[in-house]
Amino acid sequence: MNPRILSATVARILRQLRHDRRTVALLVAVPTVLLTLVYYMYADQPAPPGQPSAFDRIALVMLGFFPFIIMFLVTSIAMLRERTTGTLERLLTTPLGKTDLLFGYGIAFGLAGAVQAVIASAVAYWVFGLETAGSSALVILIAALNAVLAVALGLLCSAFARTEFQAVQFMPVVVAPQLLLCGLFVPRDEMAGWLQATSDVLPLSYAVEALQEVGAHAEPTGTMWRDVAIVAAAAVLALVLAAATLRRRSG
Amino acid sequence: MADAIAVRGLVVDRGGRRVLHGIDATVPRGSVTGLLGPSGSGKTTLMRAIVGVQVVSAGTVTVLGAPAGSPPLRHRVGYLTQAPSVYADLTVRENARYFAALHGRDRAEADRAVADVGLAPAAGQLVGTLSGGQRSRASLACALVGEPELIVLDEPTVGQDPVLRADLWARFHALAATGTTLLVSSHVMDEAARCDRLLLIREGRLIADDTPDAVRATAGVDDLDEAFLRLIRASQSDQSGEA
Repeated sequence: MNPRILSATVARILRQLRHDRRTVALLVAVPTVLLTLVYYMYADQPAPPGQPSAFDRIALVMLGFFPFIIMFLVTSIAMLRERTTGTLERLLTTPLGKTDLLFGYGIAFGLAGAVQAVIASAVAYWVFGLETAGSSALVILIAALNAVLAVALGLLCSAFARTEFQAVQFMPVVVAPQLLLCGLFVPRDEMAGWLQATSDVLPLSYAVEALQEVGAHAEPTGTMWRDVAIVAAAAVLALVLAAATLRRRSG
Repeated sequence: MADAIAVRGLVVDRGGRRVLHGIDATVPRGSVTGLLGPSGSGKTTLMRAIVGVQVVSAGTVTVLGAPAGSPPLRHRVGYLTQAPSVYADLTVRENARYFAALHGRDRAEADRAVADVGLAPAAGQLVGTLSGGQRSRASLACALVGEPELIVLDEPTVGQDPVLRADLWARFHALAATGTTLLVSSHVMDEAARCDRLLLIREGRLIADDTPDAVRATAGVDDLDEAFLRLIRASQSDQSGEA
């Protein structure tokens, strides 16, 4: 990895994003609109005694979902475009290293995901009165980490997609099972054993558990830090695998 | 001095089909060498092997004294792909500055490369809004920006205005005069006459490796188009004679 090339690559990716104003507007607006929807959906539902309200429970986890879903899609498409337009082939003939490119995407879209998380969290806390026992900064940290994880998975999956149609299909394949099994809909310890085992190997489960820890405890817990470390390790593993699938020579 | 490119017994298979059948060729340093041949003859595959992004089945490709695609060469070789490979959602200037940064060059050099391909007036425009010819020149600027020792250009002048085409060829020769080696592919025969040397390739086989004058002399005609036709016919009768 070369710091000059890495920073030039991060700047290039962010510049591309900046020129696409509509995408930036969507990144900012969509979480707010969906949070509004959830707020009014549960507005009349009474909270079970001694437990957080349905909105608090769901909105907290949603703050982690947005960057995960959106950055996965954005990255898959961006990397596929690099492949289909020939820029990837050209980049691989330059001094740029494979990790410069992959970490460049990780940092650039990780930053974009962090900005999205800050805005969505601000809306959730200030407009809709989201309450968490722990700090909102930890919520944003975990959401940003989710963005990095999603970028890493997107980079890895794009290696297996030849067309945009295929790339978009990886969204339900990779993202949907993680959303379903993460413990938001059914607590993980109440699932059948094989579902629990599946849930245990899906990184988003740990991100959601970390968010729930922040929701329930005033101070960061050991479980939360362990979960954060697992998500970070999964992101690094996916980036390393993505580097292994990126070949300078092709047939 | 050693040749800039030395290709020995190069065999390439793509999609289960043999695309190059044992190519032997050399490209001298400080020259403009034309790689001529019809569409589908293997020009792009040969260029990909030279820049080191093509999986080869047999043979060797030596570039500037090192195996093609080895890490030190990435600073010394510039490559223009046939389809313009620049970012459509960046401006011309931003594209050139990014590729300049990859080669450790500053913004002034990027801006000069943009001016050299005649795109200074459109430097602030998004590449996606350019015409096809402008877009391929934006791509060319990004291949020239690192001042590489070897520049491999896959059909750089397609769709360009004749005046601009002449300017680009003058630019290629100016670069060669400073010691840069250029390998330029084309399927337009009138461009062959502008090259110092020619490689003529057809159906994955090299049928001529000479100066334009020598090609004319061998074929016994003045017109390069006609000369190539004769060489192709001669090589076909050789092949059917072998079979």
